[in-house]
Amino acid sequence: MRFVDEFREPGGIARLAAEIERLSHGQYVKIMEVCGGHTHAIYKHGLQDLLPANVELVHGPGCPVCVIPMGRIDDAISIARTPGVIFATYGDMMRVPSSSGSLLDAKAAGADVRFVYSPLDALTLARRNPDREVVFFAVGFETTAPSTAATLLRARDEGATNFTVFCNHVTIIPAIKAILDSPGMSLHGFIGPGHVSTIIGLEPFAFVARDYGLPIVVSGFEPADIMQSVVMLLRQRSEKHMRVENQYARVVRADGNRRALEMMGETMMLRPFFEWRGLGFISHSALALRQEFAGFDAEVRFPVPNVRVTDPKACQCGEVLKGAIKPWQCKVFGTACTPETPIGSCMVSPEGACAAYYNYGRYSLMRQGVPAGSPASST
Amino acid sequence: MTDARRIESSLSAQLGRMERARVVRHDAARLLDEHITLSHGSGGKSSHALIESVLMPAFRNPLLDSGADAAVFRSVAGAERIAMTTDSYVVSPLFFPGGDIGQLAVNGTINDLAVSGARPIGLSVGLILEEGLDMNVLRRVVASMARAACAAGVPIVTGDTKVVHRGKADQIFINTSGVGIIAAHSRLDMNAIQVGDVVLLSGFVGDHGMAVMLAREALELDADIVTDSAPLHELVARLLAAAPDTRVIKDPTRGGVASALNEIASRTRLAIRIEEERVPVRRPVRGACEILGLEPLHIANEGKLIAIVPREQANDALQALRGHALGEDAAIIGEVLEQPEAMVLLSTAVGGSRVLDMLVGDPLPRIC
Repeated sequence: MRFVDEFREPGGIARLAAEIERLSHGQYVKIMEVCGGHTHAIYKHGLQDLLPANVELVHGPGCPVCVIPMGRIDDAISIARTPGVIFATYGDMMRVPSSSGSLLDAKAAGADVRFVYSPLDALTLARRNPDREVVFFAVGFETTAPSTAATLLRARDEGATNFTVFCNHVTIIPAIKAILDSPGMSLHGFIGPGHVSTIIGLEPFAFVARDYGLPIVVSGFEPADIMQSVVMLLRQRSEKHMRVENQYARVVRADGNRRALEMMGETMMLRPFFEWRGLGFISHSALALRQEFAGFDAEVRFPVPNVRVTDPKACQCGEVLKGAIKPWQCKVFGTACTPETPIGSCMVSPEGACAAYYNYGRYSLMRQGVPAGSPASST
Repeated sequence: MTDARRIESSLSAQLGRMERARVVRHDAARLLDEHITLSHGSGGKSSHALIESVLMPAFRNPLLDSGADAAVFRSVAGAERIAMTTDSYVVSPLFFPGGDIGQLAVNGTINDLAVSGARPIGLSVGLILEEGLDMNVLRRVVASMARAACAAGVPIVTGDTKVVHRGKADQIFINTSGVGIIAAHSRLDMNAIQVGDVVLLSGFVGDHGMAVMLAREALELDADIVTDSAPLHELVARLLAAAPDTRVIKDPTRGGVASALNEIASRTRLAIRIEEERVPVRRPVRGACEILGLEPLHIANEGKLIAIVPREQANDALQALRGHALGEDAAIIGEVLEQPEAMVLLSTAVGGSRVLDMLVGDPLPRIC
């Protein structure tokens, strides 16, 4: 298959693995992949098997489903239960637990919750159901925010009156900063998010090298992409020349996608602060609809409880999202918390570190003599 | 003319009138409705009209035509073991590339019997129809069931029809049950699986599930993928003749090959290792899986089997499968190991390895 097979050719991957081994000189190197898409690809293809033991990949906060705090799901369910509302959401948000059940549970109890593949599908729902209020549950980083923005612009142009957006878009840079500033963080570099970068470009990542002296390589999602990005990171370290590099040049342009950024700017503005699961409140890290779009803002049109719910005590999603612990070091991983019965959001999305570990990675843990779900295995 | 003769003649005339009346009544029972209404499920005239003019002519066979409340089979020599199975079909949309719910309902139940080592001898059909269903849709589905049953050589011997209020069902739900006879020499037994046994797959995976998924309007992807729905009993018979010690056969429907293998691994507490590169996946299915973020081994099949056979019979089994049209792309895809206990592993194409788990919480709508 073109554009896929080229990046999965075993010979090429083996050469990259050998190069990683050579460049790492046996030194311990800890690299964070920011994006959940990378976490998923690493486990799906078993890439950790191909890396030398001294090169460790840790998982970052870039899973949009995982970083939504529990209180926002409570808010979503409260909107979904409003009589007359059709609540449209991406499929994997449906299983994220709130303080009392998930959207899927709300649906079973009678709320009209439907899953859509894009916000435009939600707008179509609104057009087809003129007597109902359609609310779109907008989540995601700069990757999905532009399509929400484009949908808002279209809704305005069409004069839609029964379509609103419950906006939970977040931005990646403040989260990376928060991780770099959190105490006890010892990272040697970042694999940068490929899809987000197609929108925001490379410049926003410059501070990682400039202010923190760490390399960052924006990477594609195929096995060869990720392995090559690790090579590029190690090379920067050898050359002692830390900077932003673009491994994903076939997709990512240095200046990003200006039109997408304009649409976001036209429809959304930074919130003064927003709560992230695990990372707490981070200022200027999320987007809300602009005043001009208040008519499309579910938070304006519906009474939203806006409650703050603390995560279940046993759940350590926060530590996982900061890369402070591995998923299997969480007390409930694989026992009380599994993809069938997730306690924390990291176990829900296929991009969540816990789900990726659970679905694909358990075997490698067993080979290392670490039983999945063992709390005693914390390092 | 004697009295006796007179009586006889008048009786005969009376009988003739009754016969004409019966024919007229029968004609009156002709189905003119364009949609299913609640009265088609009432058990009265409309029900009979529906059965007589749509269902009976399509499924016609001696056992069904007897009109009895139950089909009665003659006993078959050597039939010491009888297999029975049932399955309900609620697929949406009803028609998808290469097939429809009717064909699926016939082949699916035949396959449940086939992979148990049984030769199917009869099927029942229970139809649950939604009020307002277009009669032509029903006719199409019934014709497709009749074609599938005829092609497989398995008669539909009994049935039932109910109509529910609009909104209480989604157009047509079908339940089929099937009875089959297990050959005296069949030795299928999952507990006989041993370390070193070989895993065979009869062809390309994921065609059915992907064809149905792409037929849904929400996904605007165009790809040339059709369902693989087919009856597997002949393929199974060939396989068992060539590899008589075959341990287990499964048809990897919902949940795909991954779920079927996990069932085996967890039941036997053994490990199964699959080589990703050996699993036959059509290019459009692989492409669609990449775009949708799905695993081909999790996608449903309706005309494929996996078999675990002893290593020394693996080659004969493979040749037997490849010698049949439904198995010409068969491949050996993996083997049974001792460790790690009760787990299915996948050796990835790039040289890594990972767990291949059952499908969890598929957020997509039902597919079969």
